[in-house]
Amino acid sequence: MSYVPGQPVTAVVQKIEIRKLRQGERLILGFSIGGGIDQDPLQNPHSEDKSDKGIYVTRISPGGPADVAGLMVGDKIMQVNGWDMTMIKHFHALQKLTKPNEEVVRLLVTRKSLETAVKGAMGLH
Amino acid sequence: MDTESTYSGYSYYSGRSRGSHRHGERSRDRHKSRSKDSRSEKSVTINTPPAEPLLGDSSVRGEPVQDDNWGETTTAVTGTSEHSLSQEDIVRITKDLEDSVGLDCRRYFTLTLAVILGLLVFLTPLAFLVLPHVLWPEKLQSCGTACEGLFISVAFKLLILLLAVWALFFRPPRAGLPRVFVFRALLAVLVLLFVVSYWLFYGVRILDAQDENYQGIVQYAVSLVDALLFIHYLAIVLLELRQLRPYYSVCVTRSTDGETKHYNLGQLSIQRAALAVIEHYYCDFPVHNPALLSASKSRAAKHLAGLKVYNVDGPGNNAAAAGLAQSQSRAMIAAAARRRDTSHNELYYEEAEHERRVRKRRARLVVAVEEAFTHIKRMQEEEQKKTPGDVMDPREAAQAIFPSMARALQKYLRTTKQQHCHSMESIQQHLAFCVTNNMTPKAFLESYLCPGPTLQYSKDHWRSRQWTLISEASVTSGLKDGSVFNLKCVDFNLVVTAKKIPYIQMSEEYIDPKSHKFVLRLQSETSV
Repeated sequence: MSYVPGQPVTAVVQKIEIRKLRQGERLILGFSIGGGIDQDPLQNPHSEDKSDKGIYVTRISPGGPADVAGLMVGDKIMQVNGWDMTMIKHFHALQKLTKPNEEVVRLLVTRKSLETAVKGAMGLH
Repeated sequence: MDTESTYSGYSYYSGRSRGSHRHGERSRDRHKSRSKDSRSEKSVTINTPPAEPLLGDSSVRGEPVQDDNWGETTTAVTGTSEHSLSQEDIVRITKDLEDSVGLDCRRYFTLTLAVILGLLVFLTPLAFLVLPHVLWPEKLQSCGTACEGLFISVAFKLLILLLAVWALFFRPPRAGLPRVFVFRALLAVLVLLFVVSYWLFYGVRILDAQDENYQGIVQYAVSLVDALLFIHYLAIVLLELRQLRPYYSVCVTRSTDGETKHYNLGQLSIQRAALAVIEHYYCDFPVHNPALLSASKSRAAKHLAGLKVYNVDGPGNNAAAAGLAQSQSRAMIAAAARRRDTSHNELYYEEAEHERRVRKRRARLVVAVEEAFTHIKRMQEEEQKKTPGDVMDPREAAQAIFPSMARALQKYLRTTKQQHCHSMESIQQHLAFCVTNNMTPKAFLESYLCPGPTLQYSKDHWRSRQWTLISEASVTSGLKDGSVFNLKCVDFNLVVTAKKIPYIQMSEEYIDPKSHKFVLRLQSETSV
């Protein structure tokens, strides 16, 4: 999942649809994100390549909408509702996730286990 | 009758000058003071403008009347003319008479007891050594070298004991405390018991039996002196060392103007703590100036002056009297709260005006003093011999330059209400002192610009040498956390509260000097 300049990024992704939960006035998704092009990539515990400045899932509240939808800690979010998340600032990523009028967000996430699963399947062939 | 005529003349004179001098900005003051007078006439309060002692001779003669005196319409009897005694003076004189007799008796009694005990203690070892020689000289074994060595040791130990007792006990007493000093009494009893037991043993085993072993007797005397030195060590620890470590923090507040200071004291009995507090009071607290309190008293009088309660129903039955009184006071409080009270406005403008006036007078004073000081110059030795004519000593020099600054100083002191603290004599003395020590005008003025500690002023202001300790706990019991006691003197109260200094639990943490490394990090995790 490393970014080589000039080459397109390829990854095996999973589509996850999260239905937001209304809590009082706010719509919450039940997970926390970290990362962004304005953040320090070395701090990221979940990335393999420590120069990866993408958005990662750092915490999932158990029983929340994200947990129910199948999101896992350490997932890298590639797209949110069609908006790219691989080259985005932290604050803008938040904005794209927490739009007040949307009830459903569709994420494309990737994780290491997906890659290994696909490679393993391809290798068997 | 003499005093009345002076006062009426004063008010007449001031009335005249008020009309002529007050214009424009002063018109508000005039209306204010006039309305004050008329209101006070309705409620029949006694207005006695305070007389000006010592410095104020010129006030009746030539000066325009100060506006500030009209603010002092109090109902308390302040200083009156020189021939009458105020209530305070009478109380003070009777107290002085009563207590001087009783205290001296007690002091002499304790002094004689102490002297007797001291003599007993010192003469005992000598008696032990000398008595065998006197009573049974033939039977006594001769003193060998070891025994004579012990003589030297006894002599030196007695000398050391003498010096130590002189250093610890023979100091002029600082104060007379209300109750006996517990530790000293205990020590005296201990010493007495000790010496008596040694005498008993000596009497029974040595005198009766007429022991011949002189070396043993000398060693016995040496052991007595050793034990006395140890008792002296105990005395040092109990009397001096134990209270050195701070254990309580006491908060001392003066009741009249709220001046507060905090001190650290050790484990002391309440009377000794009170003594320590009074000694700190004399050095730290600014002098008590009753003239500064009159303004708030007049305000307090005005708050209730406008309201009067009338009993419309006539004298009712006694059973309802208490309820009636309560409802009356409650009605008064309610009415006072509802009334549109503009006294805060008056206070604000009065204080601003006073502030301005003080600053103006102070500026004039500083300039006058600086100018006065330029008139004198210190002469060197050689010049002195050349012109022996005009040479003055410090006192004459002070008297020469004093008149040029006297008026400005007088006005300033009157504005800040300090005029009764400083007499002409004391000001000239201070001036001579400053001139002798090459002080600048600013140094000379320092003692007049801010009120110093009570010790700085003349002995007249030390009136409160007589203090009364008011305490709920026994005064010989120790200070405890939360103990409160009062120290009363003629003019005011000092309220003292003690708080324990908390137990401090400290732990250590070691930091390797090489571990101070830094890196720039930006990371945020936000929940969605």
